Amino acid sequence: MKRTIFSNQLLPWLLLAPQLIITFVFFLWPAAQAVRQSFLREDAFGTRTSFVGLENFAYLLQSPEYFNSLKVTAIFAVSVTVLSMGMALLLAIAVDRMIRSTRVYTTLLVWPYAVAPAVAGILWWFIFNPTIGIMPYVLAQVGYDWNHISSKTDAMMLVVIASAWKQISYNFLFFLAGLQSIPGSLREAAAIDGAGPVRRFFDITFPLLSPTTFFLLVVNIVYAMFDTFGVIDATTEGGPAQATNIMVYKVYFDGFIGQNIGSSAAQSVVLMILVLILTVVQFRFVEKKVAY
Amino acid sequence: MASITLDNLGKVYPGGTRAVGGVNIDIADGEFIVLVGPSGCGKSTLLRMVAGLESISEGEVRIGDRVVNKIEPADRDIAMVFQNYALYPHMSVRQNLAYGLKNRKTPKADIEKRVAQASEILQIGPFLDRKPAALSGGQRQRVAMGRAIVREPAAFLFDEPLSNLDAKLRVAMRLEIKELQKRLRTTSLYVTHDQLEAMTLADRLVVLNGGQVEQIGTPLDVYRKPASAFVASFIGSPAMNLISASAVPHLPGTAHAGQIGIRPEDLTVTPDGPIAMNVLAVEELGAQRLVHGQTGGERITITLPSDAPLSDSMNLSYRPDALHLFDKDNGKRMD
Repeated sequence: MKRTIFSNQLLPWLLLAPQLIITFVFFLWPAAQAVRQSFLREDAFGTRTSFVGLENFAYLLQSPEYFNSLKVTAIFAVSVTVLSMGMALLLAIAVDRMIRSTRVYTTLLVWPYAVAPAVAGILWWFIFNPTIGIMPYVLAQVGYDWNHISSKTDAMMLVVIASAWKQISYNFLFFLAGLQSIPGSLREAAAIDGAGPVRRFFDITFPLLSPTTFFLLVVNIVYAMFDTFGVIDATTEGGPAQATNIMVYKVYFDGFIGQNIGSSAAQSVVLMILVLILTVVQFRFVEKKVAY
Repeated sequence: MASITLDNLGKVYPGGTRAVGGVNIDIADGEFIVLVGPSGCGKSTLLRMVAGLESISEGEVRIGDRVVNKIEPADRDIAMVFQNYALYPHMSVRQNLAYGLKNRKTPKADIEKRVAQASEILQIGPFLDRKPAALSGGQRQRVAMGRAIVREPAAFLFDEPLSNLDAKLRVAMRLEIKELQKRLRTTSLYVTHDQLEAMTLADRLVVLNGGQVEQIGTPLDVYRKPASAFVASFIGSPAMNLISASAVPHLPGTAHAGQIGIRPEDLTVTPDGPIAMNVLAVEELGAQRLVHGQTGGERITITLPSDAPLSDSMNLSYRPDALHLFDKDNGKRMD
């Protein structure tokens, strides 16, 4: 690596300053504030703030609503990850098999990624709107009465579909790159070795994709748990009856709507710890365990 | 084991590009055939059509008595060794060898026996539990061959299997392949662009150019009697001297010849030889030296023993029967 020696001691700091300031103001400071707030409690009118130690956390652990949110988050994250990665893998395999127009399809398939989560949410909210949407109409034809405003299952399906849809593009790009880096001769060798297309996929292609798959698994769980706030807020707002109130939405709802800053901060700290764990998993295992 | 017949085989790509046309080759049971030619001559396409990895647009491929045009690669009873070895990177050497047998539902004991046999023949026993990434180039090459021989197929197909190895290893592996094939007597079809590899390995070689067969014959036949000016220039190192016939109008019987060829070793230095050559450069090979020179505007090369005297101009002579004449219209051999 090339090392630059600055004669001026101040200049390197000056060059780093913009990035450092942004990191400090928008990441470290709020994070520190959240940690501090999680040990405090404000009274209902916001006039007095007192130190309560770990009481906010203790309260969370006793709250059935919080455990419901944990459960909802788990179901949501697993569903989004499985759906978006599964669809992406199918599309990537289809495009990988194409000889012509690969780039056109790739470009088209990447578009949804440019859509903001809230917009994606609204889009699917319209499509699935029980009064004006097309999908409830279609589903009614086959005898299914879709209503995500009253049905917990429907609400969950709606946010899962909306969230997964947006992430398919991203997963697709990585899967396609992964597939194209597998030499064609490996699949040909397997074909001569008597493996049919399905066998070839499970014996050769899928194992060789495992680094990509594992990376995407972590990225998708992180996405589903932390980046889907916009989708939830634009569609179900956590309802009906807490059915889609995932952890990150509950942080917002309890803090900004419920004005329970202490509890909200404690929940953020829990989320921070989760991110930390996922990051460690990512770095420890992606490079070691999945290598072949 | 089986014979292989390519009957008027041709390949036309969807865009209309013709890669191979009208190829007829009869490969006897146990024979080692090498397809040789410059890059883009269609040799790999031909091999891939035999393997079933490329569809056949014209003609027929028969393995044994069976037409295999529409038969899946797995059911053609062939094994292939790829240029990049195509070992499964996530499987151990043992699993690599066993994969084809496992897919064919071979009994476990049988698989173990055959893997043990193959690994003994190729001396890869100590690496059986390693992954391909932990092997050297030569070891990977052996595993790739092992994967072919455990299957005990009717034919081996080799697609430039030595071109990823360094020069020294290539020579050693070449000999190993030759010995292995002699021992197993399995019909083999081998593709290479290296004429030396082709000469040393082949029972018969097939010289391809522009998707057409130029000549089929034993290495010595092809060397001694090249069927065209292309074959003459491609087979043999240093290459045959090809001189425009118009440069030597006094030669008898050259009325229709376009080019006259003579091998470098067929030219000898004699004080009163008819060809006067100005020496331009000398290459020392150790056992012999290559002398490059010019006569009447044509470049020629001769080989001399390394202790032969050198001078700036030399007179050369030749035996008349060492001359090769090639037709001026189609470049084919005239005689």
